Amino acid sequence: MQPTNRSSRILLPVKLWFVYLSLIVALGLEYIPTGRAPGIPDWVALVLAIWCVREPQRIGMGAGFVLGLLVDVGQGAAMGQHALAYVVLAYLANGAARRVMWFPLWQQALHFLPLFLLTQALMLVVRLLAGAEFPGWSYFLSSLSSTALWAPLSMLLLLPQYQPVDRDDNRPI
Amino acid sequence: MSLVGHKTPPIFKRGLTPVARLSVFVAICLVLLVADLRFRYLEVVRNALSVVTYPLQMAAAKPADFVRNASRYFATLVEVQLENAELRRDHLTTGERLLRFELLEKENAELRGLLGMSQRIDVKSVAADILYNAPDPFARKVILDRGAQQGVEAGLAVIDAKGVVGQVTRVHPVQSEVTLLTDRNQSIPVSVLRNGVRGVLFGTGRGRLEMRFVLADADIREGDRLVTSGLDGIFVPGLPVADVTMVDRSSDAFARIDCEPLADIDTSVQVLVIGRTAYPPPPPAPDQER
Repeated sequence: MQPTNRSSRILLPVKLWFVYLSLIVALGLEYIPTGRAPGIPDWVALVLAIWCVREPQRIGMGAGFVLGLLVDVGQGAAMGQHALAYVVLAYLANGAARRVMWFPLWQQALHFLPLFLLTQALMLVVRLLAGAEFPGWSYFLSSLSSTALWAPLSMLLLLPQYQPVDRDDNRPI
Repeated sequence: MSLVGHKTPPIFKRGLTPVARLSVFVAICLVLLVADLRFRYLEVVRNALSVVTYPLQMAAAKPADFVRNASRYFATLVEVQLENAELRRDHLTTGERLLRFELLEKENAELRGLLGMSQRIDVKSVAADILYNAPDPFARKVILDRGAQQGVEAGLAVIDAKGVVGQVTRVHPVQSEVTLLTDRNQSIPVSVLRNGVRGVLFGTGRGRLEMRFVLADADIREGDRLVTSGLDGIFVPGLPVADVTMVDRSSDAFARIDCEPLADIDTSVQVLVIGRTAYPPPPPAPDQER
């Protein structure tokens, strides 16, 4: 069953510590040194976008700004480069939250492909203006893999909210 | 708290509108970017924040370490034996050269003493391994496994067995970041080994180097060896850097000089961080009136 507004299922309220934990785990995944392998998804952008859609009241531009700065420091990128991109992503994702929730997961992912591309393009423009070299078109593969991971990761992050209020040992979920 | 466990959502108190919040954040980000990229003010902030990110980074580097060590573990015995034999051969030849070098150095010191010239610069060095490429896709940088605790400082030169690889640009406690010569924002002062003509070598970002601001009638030929001049007061003089591959004098006042780096910049694994033990006194302030 899809956890959309169309589904008749009512999810449990999210636990805030779980949201923050997932964002920190995403930050850890972002820090894994993968060298110059193309198409590594932008974990922080992905998880941030998912929570911006699911919890627009709690996760938004502030979280994007802080996470962006931490990614900048960890990756040795220009200070504010990821912060700027994630703030814009969070703003657009928060705005799209009400509309996007009506679609099934794979269509939600299609909504977010242009947003991820925009996030990367912003970083590219900032660095090109600062005199860096163009990293090649394979740089944008990262957005595609992020989009591909949208549905499975959304399901994974919503799993804790699927638990029933009254536990019943004879019922699996 | 209401019955379902939600806080009652605020209806009227929403704070700033989203667009206003966005503009505030974007303004902050732009200020940060300009302060960092243009004026390099934010190294202190970066160091402070890296205290937070450092444990997470160390934890995240573990899988990469594991993969690297595993591949090393499964290297076959034959490969290791072959490599060992080759290293022994190299060791013998370099040992012989080193003996001669020591003799020459002593002779040089005596001659300099006779002439009353100051002694050549003393050199300190730290051996290091290149761990991985830096994750920032816009710059050509690598991460070394030695940092401030092992005596690495920002500004030191990094060389491999053949020549200069790059320069240390940022130092963490147990790691450091090296900007490769081929990065577009990297430059290195060099002189031609044959006749001492000086110039500055810039990275082009495409794996090549370019010597800029050399007059068209300067005595530089294809095949010339370029070494560090040490005039910057940071690099050790005399390290081999690049060979001249193409000289084009057809354009205006300056010659276009393409060079190829000597070091295996993209493939070397073991490197030496090398620097002076003492820096020369700072240059006098430039005249105010020009």
